[in-house]
Amino acid sequence: MTTRDIVHIALFAALTAMLGIFPPLTIPVLAVPITAQSLGPMLAGGVLGAKRGTLSTLLFLVLVAVGLPLLSGGRGGIGVFAGPTAGFLVGWVFTALTVGFLTERFWSRLTFVLAFLFSVVGGILVLYLIGLNWVAMVAGIPLGRAFLASAAFIPGDVIKAGIAAAVIVTVRRAYPMIQPAAALGRR
Amino acid sequence: MIGSLYLPGRSPLHRLPAGLKAAALPVFGTVLFLVERIVPLAAALALVIALHALARVPPRLVLRQLRPAAGILLVLFLSQLWLADLSEATVLVLRFVVLILAAALVTLTTRSADLVAALERALRPLGMLGADPRKFGLAIALTLRFIPVLAVVAEEVREAQRARGRDRSILALAVPLIVRTLKLADEVAEAIDARGG
Repeated sequence: MTTRDIVHIALFAALTAMLGIFPPLTIPVLAVPITAQSLGPMLAGGVLGAKRGTLSTLLFLVLVAVGLPLLSGGRGGIGVFAGPTAGFLVGWVFTALTVGFLTERFWSRLTFVLAFLFSVVGGILVLYLIGLNWVAMVAGIPLGRAFLASAAFIPGDVIKAGIAAAVIVTVRRAYPMIQPAAALGRR
Repeated sequence: MIGSLYLPGRSPLHRLPAGLKAAALPVFGTVLFLVERIVPLAAALALVIALHALARVPPRLVLRQLRPAAGILLVLFLSQLWLADLSEATVLVLRFVVLILAAALVTLTTRSADLVAALERALRPLGMLGADPRKFGLAIALTLRFIPVLAVVAEEVREAQRARGRDRSILALAVPLIVRTLKLADEVAEAIDARGG
């Protein structure tokens, strides 16, 4: 890993921290607060690729765990990993991994639609799979009920996947970070 | 710059090694999940609260640790009350309250830098696999330095887009911010390499 890789990893960890500073938007009908922060892992994966994106998200969570109040609302510390919904935080690592892996694979023919699809798969499908199973396991409640309790967050997450996709394809055009050689889809 | 959740003090808990406290937490958590009765969990809660008192954590700070999880714990309590009974619902919520408070106690009594150092020591065996733990320290230092830099760049971008009447579009803010900071990152990497790491 080069110095440049480490700087990029640190940069997206810092970006994820900064996205937590924006005040949460509240969807009027559902009254569910959505924060911009979960854009961070999708962007890290989609802009930096699987390896750097995953390490970047991991680094962010380590900084939270050692006691920096970097999560939205100024939360932080090991305590946030002790709560029943910690799977939705740990899952971010796999969000970045999934979005990064898929983006690398389809790098040479990436469109907004593909990037949106990848963001939905990594940022919603994979994230909820981990988060919901975590809740179901540590709290001993059925998976279906856990899903119903969190379904109100999905519309906000779809909007975020759209924003992430737009950013990923625009940055790809303006300042591509994934080397074509790393894109395994085409040689 | 960025604050920390550390609460300065000189209690015995503050003086315990960071690595020991961090390692004790998962052990404690595992034990908690094996306990399925109210009385031992209530005793664990009393113990954790006593330790907070020993570390001189103000009571309102103790309550603040629980606030972010309060909503979901209430949902879990009601759900469990409906699916099972009062005692199971109490066990579930009590267990999380104890675990969250214990974890918060580690955060409150341990400096972030000490936890990072403990983590670096724990990662040292990875050095044999070709990973360099010093790069981990560099990444942490750079992240902490980048957060205020990003805030400044974000404000500049916002000003520029406001002049064009585009400051309401998140895309018009995020893309220039990311591209500008990626260019900055390349300059930083060159500077670090030029100085020999």
